[in-house]
Amino acid sequence: MLSETSVSPKRARPRLTVDGLHKRFLLHGQGGLEIDVMRDLSLTLDAGECLVLAGRSGIGKSTLLKMLHGDYRIDRGHIRLHFEDGELDLETLPAYAWHGLRRDVIGYVSQFLRVVPRVAAVDVVMEPLLARGADENEALQRAETLLARLNLPERLWQLPPGTFSGGEQQRVNIARGFIGEHPLLLLDEPTASLDATNRDVVIALIGEAKARGAAMLGIFHDEDVRDRVADRLLPLDDSLGARASVTQNTQETLS
Amino acid sequence: MKKPVLERPVLLDVQDITRLYGPGKGCEAIDFQLHAGEVLGIVGESGSGKSTLLRVLAGLEAPDAGRVIYRRHAGEDVLDRGEAELDLYAIGEARRRELLRLEWGLVHQNPRDGLRMGVSAGANIGERLMAQGQRHYGQLRETGQAWMHQVELDPGRIDDAPRTFSGGMQQRLQIARTLVTRPRLVFMDEPTGGLDVSVQARLLDMLRTLVRQMGLSVVLVTHDLAVARLLAHRLMVMRRGQVVETGLTDQILDDPQHEYTQLLVSSVLTP
Repeated sequence: MLSETSVSPKRARPRLTVDGLHKRFLLHGQGGLEIDVMRDLSLTLDAGECLVLAGRSGIGKSTLLKMLHGDYRIDRGHIRLHFEDGELDLETLPAYAWHGLRRDVIGYVSQFLRVVPRVAAVDVVMEPLLARGADENEALQRAETLLARLNLPERLWQLPPGTFSGGEQQRVNIARGFIGEHPLLLLDEPTASLDATNRDVVIALIGEAKARGAAMLGIFHDEDVRDRVADRLLPLDDSLGARASVTQNTQETLS
Repeated sequence: MKKPVLERPVLLDVQDITRLYGPGKGCEAIDFQLHAGEVLGIVGESGSGKSTLLRVLAGLEAPDAGRVIYRRHAGEDVLDRGEAELDLYAIGEARRRELLRLEWGLVHQNPRDGLRMGVSAGANIGERLMAQGQRHYGQLRETGQAWMHQVELDPGRIDDAPRTFSGGMQQRLQIARTLVTRPRLVFMDEPTGGLDVSVQARLLDMLRTLVRQMGLSVVLVTHDLAVARLLAHRLMVMRRGQVVETGLTDQILDDPQHEYTQLLVSSVLTP
């Protein structure tokens, strides 16, 4: 008979591991200036977990998200995604393979909306589903549901977001980011220009994403939001040698 | 969750293509592969050789050296001759023209180069279908109207000649004429280049939608990095006939490595 201790508790398997990540920018126009923005960063992220990056601005939080999304090249180190039937190393992934990965696996809510001008907000939100070949009516319904939850006035849905306020644009961005229900979500200050009501909606969306097993890595400057969404914090400091191998309870870290 | 399937078959295998008109004029030693469903942008300033490269790829101009291999997969051979692989400049002029007419598409910067200005809009759209053997007048007309609707042209103008259309409308007509045969591979040379800014955005959105809906693979030449950002998955940066950097579009524009790419990206004006 097996003793209790030999039966390992059913622990969530990591969805993402980052190991020894470095990032250096070389600026040819500035006489070959080299800027080290990240040195030896490691972390693990489980399914259903939200890990929040902490540290002063300029410390490399967005850089990490951009490397995970393929916006920045990976100079040195490893980023690995874990699936039931195997692993995927992002540092060696050919460019053409990223298109499908972004469509189906890695979602990104950036601070800024970058879309074709003159395209209606609701179409902007639907696009990630249409890219997967989803039914147009179903995609439209989901987009409208999300925009309604985020309190974007219905009269704006058919208008292009170019002329919207910062908060309205951000909500379009959030709806577009969450609609695809990606298993790995990168959140770059999604609540930055939102009022309290809409911050609560975003916090609820993050909670729902956790419940369905999404792994999230986020940047939140608002401490209240951070408290409410973070399962763990990953502090980045000037040594740039942050490691998230030590699991910390949010409450302990923040108190 | 299961590992996603990220492999995509190679559609176009470009091997060591050189076409030079003089030292540094044209393109030199170009190697790349285009995968099914990809939009590859070729960016660079005028004189960088990007248009020469496009002409070679599209079968319009034989290279001095190198090969362009077009690969097909089961059931994609329109004429069903059982050719899985075609060496573009080894198959002969007639066969190459046929390929361009039946399986590929080319969108010129100037719609006048891609349209027949003297015949009606409907005849322009129907021409490639007729080349494929369709003869039924009613069907051709119906398809023509459907495509005019698709590219946001008034189907009621199907009998009007393109010369009575605005530049933006002509460009949309050229796109309809090209895509009506559902080509797998489309070459585009500055498709929004000659248009007013106010009609560019709509055309960009339309192209994005068509690429998605039809699962097109595209080689797009543009000097406009904003257009490249919105349309292309992957970019190839050219300078003086050579490729200086390739990568995901976001990587090229947000984290450029090569000195020239850094200069190019940092020189863009943003309003």
